[in-house]
Amino acid sequence: MYRPTRRRRNTLLWCAICSLGVLVIASCGDDSPTAKAPTVGGSGTSAASKCFAKPTTAPIDATAVAATDTKGTELTLVTHDSFAVSKGLLEDFTTKTGISVKVLKSGDAGAMVSQSVLTAGKPLGDVMFGIDNTLLCRGLNANIFTPYVSPGLADVPAALALDPQHRVSPIDVGDVCLNYSRAAFANATPPKSLDDLTAAAYKDAFVTENPDTSSTGLAFLLATVAKYGDNGFEAYWKKLRANGVEVEAGWEQAYNESFGAGKGKRSIVTSYATSPAADLMFADPPVSAPTIGVVDDSCFRQIEFAGVLTGTKHPEAAAKLIDFLLSKTFQEDIPANMFVFPSSTKATLPKEFITSVRLVDKPLTLDPAQIEANRDDWTNRWTKVVLR
Amino acid sequence: MDQSRASVSPRPRRGGYGTAALVAAVPLVFVGVFFAYPVVSVIARGLDGTGRVHPMDVLRDTDTWRIVWFTFWQAAVSTVLTLAAGLPAAWAVARNRFRGRGAVRALVIVPFVMPTVVVSAALRATFTRLGLDHGAIHLDQTVWAILLAHVIFNVAVVVRVVGGYWALLDPRLIEAARTLGASRRDVWREVTLPHLRSALWSTATIVFLFCFTSFGVILVVGGPRRVTLETEIWRFATQRTDFTTAAVLAIVQLSFVITVVAASTGAERRAAQLGGLRRVVNARRPRTRRARIGVAAIVTTTLLFLLLPLAVLIERSLAVGNGYGLAHYRALVHRDNRSALLVPPIDAIKNSLSIALQATLIALVIGTLASFTVVHGRRALGRLLDVALMVPLGTSAVTLGFGILVALDSPPLDLRTSAIIVPIAQAIVGIPFVMRAIVPMLRAIDPRLREAATTLGATPMRVRLEVDLPIVRRALAAAAGFAFAVSLGEFGATAFLARPDRPTVPIAMFRLLGVAGSSARGQAMALGVILTAITVVCVAIIERAQRGHRVGW
Repeated sequence: MYRPTRRRRNTLLWCAICSLGVLVIASCGDDSPTAKAPTVGGSGTSAASKCFAKPTTAPIDATAVAATDTKGTELTLVTHDSFAVSKGLLEDFTTKTGISVKVLKSGDAGAMVSQSVLTAGKPLGDVMFGIDNTLLCRGLNANIFTPYVSPGLADVPAALALDPQHRVSPIDVGDVCLNYSRAAFANATPPKSLDDLTAAAYKDAFVTENPDTSSTGLAFLLATVAKYGDNGFEAYWKKLRANGVEVEAGWEQAYNESFGAGKGKRSIVTSYATSPAADLMFADPPVSAPTIGVVDDSCFRQIEFAGVLTGTKHPEAAAKLIDFLLSKTFQEDIPANMFVFPSSTKATLPKEFITSVRLVDKPLTLDPAQIEANRDDWTNRWTKVVLR
Repeated sequence: MDQSRASVSPRPRRGGYGTAALVAAVPLVFVGVFFAYPVVSVIARGLDGTGRVHPMDVLRDTDTWRIVWFTFWQAAVSTVLTLAAGLPAAWAVARNRFRGRGAVRALVIVPFVMPTVVVSAALRATFTRLGLDHGAIHLDQTVWAILLAHVIFNVAVVVRVVGGYWALLDPRLIEAARTLGASRRDVWREVTLPHLRSALWSTATIVFLFCFTSFGVILVVGGPRRVTLETEIWRFATQRTDFTTAAVLAIVQLSFVITVVAASTGAERRAAQLGGLRRVVNARRPRTRRARIGVAAIVTTTLLFLLLPLAVLIERSLAVGNGYGLAHYRALVHRDNRSALLVPPIDAIKNSLSIALQATLIALVIGTLASFTVVHGRRALGRLLDVALMVPLGTSAVTLGFGILVALDSPPLDLRTSAIIVPIAQAIVGIPFVMRAIVPMLRAIDPRLREAATTLGATPMRVRLEVDLPIVRRALAAAAGFAFAVSLGEFGATAFLARPDRPTVPIAMFRLLGVAGSSARGQAMALGVILTAITVVCVAIIERAQRGHRVGW
């Protein structure tokens, strides 16, 4: 077909304009004085003090909160996709305080925190629930929370309240652990530790999530960093790779598809300490004893927090919502809805939790500031070892 | 070529410019406010110098260009394969009359509303069953799996857009050519292909953009080793809160998409057929035995591929305990005491339908106005709109979603959490389909019709209302069906915008799948089946309503 050359020149011109655009816009950043090279490694301790010691906005006064009439206020609770609550519970809160609560789910916890950092000062809601210790310093560094010391904190172990300035309050606690199918190990020994996973007996048995796309996967990577150290975790993952570890994008693909909730082709998976309870409560057909086992020595502790978002027009009402999240009513509702443990020592657990699951005594942990300073580096190094 | 088109699309006469300006302004303002402004804002925010990385370092990183290259070639190969797989089906459905043809037409759209998680789960289940998940020939977590999934998702675009054009080809042309001694190959090369060329370009563009920005397929089917610009923008923006890297990648993505769209819409315009509206030709029953077998084989194979995921979906929605039953469907109507949805799952269907209806209306209005400008407006303006309304298809959902959060956050445009923002975001995806249906119809209107009307004293406005609109209306039905389905299945942008308590079906399914326990899973599958059924029925109804006026289809 005949084509005038002018046309082709047009196309070329477009290409040129576009590539020029890339260069120009990208080089604009060149002049910015604060821009710096990508963080590689970074020391945990100095960052730790920075994350928790940052100056913040003035705290919300608890006595003022009690005195404020909040009737008719409408609050938005910003949370992640896994947030769940029993029917009628938020309505009870409305009856007591006159505050109605809209729930705004903004994707996974990472997406939620990123959105809040992006909209810092002009938040999408009044309270955030669901930022955990792996993301905590990212939120604190971006100054998205206003301090508030809730009376409910009296029932919460002090060790859980990681932020000394109380910009966030601990609401629930959970463990990310290795799970195994009891059926698959009926006549064999299940793994007992992280080390065991590298043994020949567990070749091609383990499936986990990509720490770059899944918070469960990240927690497990952090568990291996906590256990083997910044210098040792890569060697461990090298051995896992040699032993046939499978990596999936998210928990759903790993747990439900590959692990088949205990009936799949893989028999060991990264999931939660509470999976046996979920199994007991929702297995179909019902089971009388858990079919999922937990490897106690593999657990990474996750604490989820809630905080008042800076910029809210209703700080007092927002503070009341924090009180409610720490109240016995909400705390006792947490386990069966979100499969984590309440932070309050006053809350009674459902029977499936008492009989079949517990928080492990010695979980693996890392300083939130250390996590924030190193997670990109760790996931980059993990990617090189496991995926390349 | 340009000379002859000038006579086909006469500029509005003096006095018509006010209306013409308004017709052009509405879509321009729409795309400016709801796309360009948010995207530029969020990119500017990423490059404001407060980030942890330097923008140039991202461009200098060889990994970036490795990702660009993979993103490009997987999209290009997917497009070619989709065209190859879709053309026989487009021919079978457009040129042949057979029982169940209407159903086939509605069914091809099914993968469009099927969530990636389900399609990929179905694919992987099939791989496992066929033993293709390991061993010498394995497909699971390979680039082949990505290509296959892309073909399944996008074959509907080929069948419907190319098929729509194919149906307009007067069979007498082919018969005449055959009589004059042309071989089948000659007919294809000299008659059919030139006729289809512009449709092929627009289809290729749409499919390419879909594959270029494909998210779930890459993440789930492709496995962790394969990343594209789209998944990287998502990862840096949401998982790493690194807006600088995300912004640079978004610029790279946009530059690529603008170049591709500018080039392809140009090619499409050049290939556009001139001349009067072709006679509406009724499809004929295949005459020879060979033709019958051919049509049957093509239709069966296509449906087999498209409906395989649906079969898996239905099977899973019915699996209760050790047997089968309807328990998951019954569970949809009441909100579980324990539910990640916070509303009865069935509400998601109501939400989806009402949002899709609004999105379709917006897409039809904006798309029609834009089409008029593209065909009859000033040339530069028309081209700008043509490109500007197509580019959003190739833009990351995260860029747009986060852009809206940053840009539309204060009055008079405080729309971040308003009810209309979700339909608007979905309409942005539907508009290109509307335009692809209307523009060729407008181009094909016999200029003598309009000239006659003008001679008889009709104002330019009147010409448009009396001559253009009735003809366009025929194309609108097909466009509406597509826009509706696109909206029902949209996940990316909706996920970043879904407002409090109003999840759409894909969002609800995603949330249910993230919850422990097989009952939530079953409910997710049941919701998927219902969504699919509703989509097929709605698309069939929308198209049936216009049957009397249909052109080709």
